[in-house]
Amino acid sequence: MLDSKIPQGPIESKWTKYKSTVPLVNPANKRSLEIIVVGTGLAGASAAATLAELGYKVKSFCFQDSPRRAHSIAAQGGINAAKNYQNDGDSVYRLFYDTIKGGDYRAREANVHRLAEVSGNIIDQSVASGVPFAREYGGLLSNRSFGGTQVQRTFYAAGQTGQQLLLGAYSGLQRQVGLGNVRLYSRHEMLDVVNIDGKCRGIIARDLVSGKLERHFGHAVLLCTGGYGNVFFLSTNAMGSNVTAAWKAHKKGAFFGNPCYTQIHPTCIPVSGDHQSKLTLMSESLRNDGRIWVPKRKEDAAAIREGKLNPNDLKEEDRDYYLERRYPAFGNLVPRDVASRAAKERCDAGFGVNKTGEAVYLDFAFNMKYKYGKQVATLKHITDPTEEQLTAFGHEVIKEKYGNLFDMYKQITGVDPYKNPMMIYPAVHYTMGGLWVDYNLMTTVPGLYALGEANFSDHGANRLGASALMQGLADGYFVIPYTIGAYLANEISVKPISTDHEAFVKAENEVSDRLNKLLAIKGTKPVDYFHKRLGKIMWDKCGMARNVEGLTWAISEIQKIREEFWKDVRVPGDANEFNPELEKAGRVADFIELGELMCKDALERNESCGGHFREDYQTEEGEALRDDENFKHVAAWQFNEVGNWTLNKEDLVYENIKIAQRSYK
Amino acid sequence: MSGNMNINLKVWRQKNGKSQGKLVDYKVEGVSPDMSFLEMFDVLNDRLVSEGKDEPIAFDHDCREGICGMCSMYINGRPHGPNQGVTTCQLHMRSFKDGDTIVVEPWRAAAFPVIKDLAVNRSAFDRIIASGGFISVNTGNAQDANSLPIAKDNADEAFAAAACIGCGACVAACKNSSAMLFVSAKVSQLALLPQGDPERNTRVLNMVAQMDTEGFGACTNTGACSAECPKEISLTNIARLNREYFAAQLGSDRS
Amino acid sequence: MNWITKMFSSSLGQKLIMALTGLFLCSFLIIHMVGNLQLFKHDAGLAFNKYAVFMTTNPLIKTTSYLLYAAILFHAFKGIALVFQNKKARPVKYQAFDGKANSHWSSRNMGVLGTIILVFVVVHMSNFWAEYKFGHVPYTRYTENIQTGEIQSDYMPADFTMNSKMEEQSEGLMKVTIVKDLFRSVELGFKELWLVALYIIAMAALSFHLYHGFKSAFQTMGLNHKKYNGAINFIGIGVFAILIPIGFAAMPLYFFIK
Repeated sequence: MLDSKIPQGPIESKWTKYKSTVPLVNPANKRSLEIIVVGTGLAGASAAATLAELGYKVKSFCFQDSPRRAHSIAAQGGINAAKNYQNDGDSVYRLFYDTIKGGDYRAREANVHRLAEVSGNIIDQSVASGVPFAREYGGLLSNRSFGGTQVQRTFYAAGQTGQQLLLGAYSGLQRQVGLGNVRLYSRHEMLDVVNIDGKCRGIIARDLVSGKLERHFGHAVLLCTGGYGNVFFLSTNAMGSNVTAAWKAHKKGAFFGNPCYTQIHPTCIPVSGDHQSKLTLMSESLRNDGRIWVPKRKEDAAAIREGKLNPNDLKEEDRDYYLERRYPAFGNLVPRDVASRAAKERCDAGFGVNKTGEAVYLDFAFNMKYKYGKQVATLKHITDPTEEQLTAFGHEVIKEKYGNLFDMYKQITGVDPYKNPMMIYPAVHYTMGGLWVDYNLMTTVPGLYALGEANFSDHGANRLGASALMQGLADGYFVIPYTIGAYLANEISVKPISTDHEAFVKAENEVSDRLNKLLAIKGTKPVDYFHKRLGKIMWDKCGMARNVEGLTWAISEIQKIREEFWKDVRVPGDANEFNPELEKAGRVADFIELGELMCKDALERNESCGGHFREDYQTEEGEALRDDENFKHVAAWQFNEVGNWTLNKEDLVYENIKIAQRSYK
Repeated sequence: MSGNMNINLKVWRQKNGKSQGKLVDYKVEGVSPDMSFLEMFDVLNDRLVSEGKDEPIAFDHDCREGICGMCSMYINGRPHGPNQGVTTCQLHMRSFKDGDTIVVEPWRAAAFPVIKDLAVNRSAFDRIIASGGFISVNTGNAQDANSLPIAKDNADEAFAAAACIGCGACVAACKNSSAMLFVSAKVSQLALLPQGDPERNTRVLNMVAQMDTEGFGACTNTGACSAECPKEISLTNIARLNREYFAAQLGSDRS
Repeated sequence: MNWITKMFSSSLGQKLIMALTGLFLCSFLIIHMVGNLQLFKHDAGLAFNKYAVFMTTNPLIKTTSYLLYAAILFHAFKGIALVFQNKKARPVKYQAFDGKANSHWSSRNMGVLGTIILVFVVVHMSNFWAEYKFGHVPYTRYTENIQTGEIQSDYMPADFTMNSKMEEQSEGLMKVTIVKDLFRSVELGFKELWLVALYIIAMAALSFHLYHGFKSAFQTMGLNHKKYNGAINFIGIGVFAILIPIGFAAMPLYFFIK
């Protein structure tokens, strides 16, 4: 059984007490302790900046050309915090409760409570560092609501909240770079961790421009490398987002937690063709004002698909607002997993509205007219506005709230969403699974930490909207600076280990051999060919709905892809140059191994919970059926060799929340 | 193949920073109007890999949703191509016609040396930010977020400036390769917010000094930067930068 | 480096020099224009010649004019230096460059336009200013009837000279003025086609130069405000890009046609 090192005591005081008793490292010693931070997203940038402020010597790595480009930048909707500025009954406990419930009772109580506790500080810190959150006319911060909650606790900056928060953290990081406390290695990719005497002591990184392999020593290594959604090929992740850093750590002893928990986001722009390279999210915040529907009758759906019927002409009574129908309490704001499955259910039943039959409408016309149009008309003292006036007034409000998202939609689809309802379909967005970490965020390898989306995280089996940014910054700004002290306090006497140490040499040779092997195959198929095949299998068999047969088939199929990949992939160029194809090849090779583990984990978990929906475990109404008796645990997989893992479990104990069936009706 | 457009590409090929480059012709067939510009490059690259004659074309890209600022193609004489307020990754082939010839080059500036083909090194921007594009607030020092009311207009204007994605299109578009729009966006964002006030003088002085050191040209107010900016950052930011700079030089103790 | 040199050697400071000297030159253009309008007066050039004397003898104007020469030199040489400096910022040129898509032609060609204007200024000054100051400009005697305003002009002999540029005497109703006749040089000069052509080309260049330059100077000084931009644009285009160049171009044309 895994030890999660949760502090004793009542949940409200665990973190406070921990902070006051955790061993400290004195300032003089901090200067001689080196920390490697891989990844510069919210978690990585905030951790690197904060640790440098504390006095540690930090090295920061990112594969992009600048730390500012990490994919946290693309988060749109917002960040949650239990500030209760809206006076609507929010509290630390409520955020804690919502997160545990939203995660379908598969998250660790102590971590989630800590997350809720520090959530307010994140907003303070971000504002202080210049993040221009949306404000009301009185000059105070504005909030909006998000899925899975009944309070307004989401802070936002138009549809670019992730960008603004990341730029805030990035500016803090750059400040430390300027002060010489952080050394920045952009266009560098971590290709292995180096363990010495059972502790993580450094990494092997490849300078992506020159292709040279580099050895870097650190007293501790932090992986802030994001999620692995790109295992599906098509996802809302950036093209470069990958599992490689986490996977290398996994192969060097770090357990992988809950790999099958994948979040499918309900509101993405549907796939348009087989050339598609990625999917684009339309922020969940749109569900505040957009109503989701499909036609009530299959004939109408078919007519729409064939272009014979304009959805705007379909009468109100012929539309099926299926979320409002099925979940009256939360309506269009049900959590993501619920909304996604409901969309799939309708489309599978033949009600899809685009050519592929895999799309539903997200319609703003009603609220544009009758919610905002009327508001503006009242403000303008127009007592009897015409329909056109209402639309025009509402148009302006919608534009101010979601303008950039509407522009983006139009740019991608060529359709004007102010005039026609948006078409959306679920897509892979976030991975709740990741490296297993204890309360200190340390993996099963001493000295090796995982932060943000890279760890198996605080979101259980499903993440609520606007909580990823919260977790990334919580880990980086407010958790790791304390918890790392618990480890480093015992490392102060360790002198920097020479990178000529045999462990470094060995690791570098392994990395180099693997790169050369990839180049030497000189097969016939480009890397993307394998990636697309893997992605399709994952989406079909390990996506929104899973079953025993499909998963079993997927595992054997993925094994075949792996074999083929190592025989027939074609990677041009050589290792000592800027070679994006080689980078991609290494990442896809890791994705293939991961894909197998995800299916294995999904097969092992004989229940439905959150993002993991097993068709063989559902209620009569088609809702997820959890099995708390047998599966109230974290599945932490231990790597033995490729295709062979041992399952370890961490029991989840709920002392502060009564487990119930999750209901949003 | 999923479409019926045929496109003639002239793409800048350059082995690395030290070698000479040249435009090379490629024909891409069966392009769908729904493809993004970069997806057309994916198709071409897949073909180049399969044929094995020519190495695939190196280009920078990451999020492909117009926000990371990594994509950077100079298309038919304009950064990010013909559309306004759009990054290369959000440019779709429906903006072109069947049979079009498209010239694709990397950003060109002394401060943005070419790494390979269409990829350039933009770390000069990072160094400019490191010289002053921040508020010096250590984690844990912040007061309650609502203890500092900020006029909505100022917050909105700061946000509009902060929307800069650091792609470098402004430099690429400017005939002088000036980085003024980039620098001014950050200076403006922080000058408009009360949090940024304590360091406003040192910030603008240091950032301008770093900008000059990096070898960017001077601003001639052509406005090309703003016209091509995918986030439509306004020229008023440049005026504000000028103001901030001269006010700091003439009116503060710093220089 | 002290702060002043630091400021003026920064890219922003160099632009400030361009803006300040440029606007100073703009203010001169207005005065020059107003003065030169006297060329159109039907007084055989008396008023114009008096104005020329005033401009070259008044101590305040003289001091200002040295400032002006300095400003011209500064503006021109700083401008040329900046063009070369800016070119260095892009050592490899684009193969395809579509400048018109994102900026006005004049804004991209300030260096070329400025050079044309500089050439013009050199020709212009050597033709008139240097001629007036160092060369031999003949005198003319004007006899003005104070009551009727009637003016009679007589060219003095070519070798006539005196110690001052102008002498005035009153004899009853008659006011006699002997003055260096710059007007005649203008009249003669503008019979030359090439010179007229040069002037017109230069004024076109000036128009484009100021179309961008005037408002650009305000932007450089940090003065960009939605409440005032309209006025700046109006003056920049209406006065400096249209009225002034047309006014100046009208002068050689007028004499060429006359």
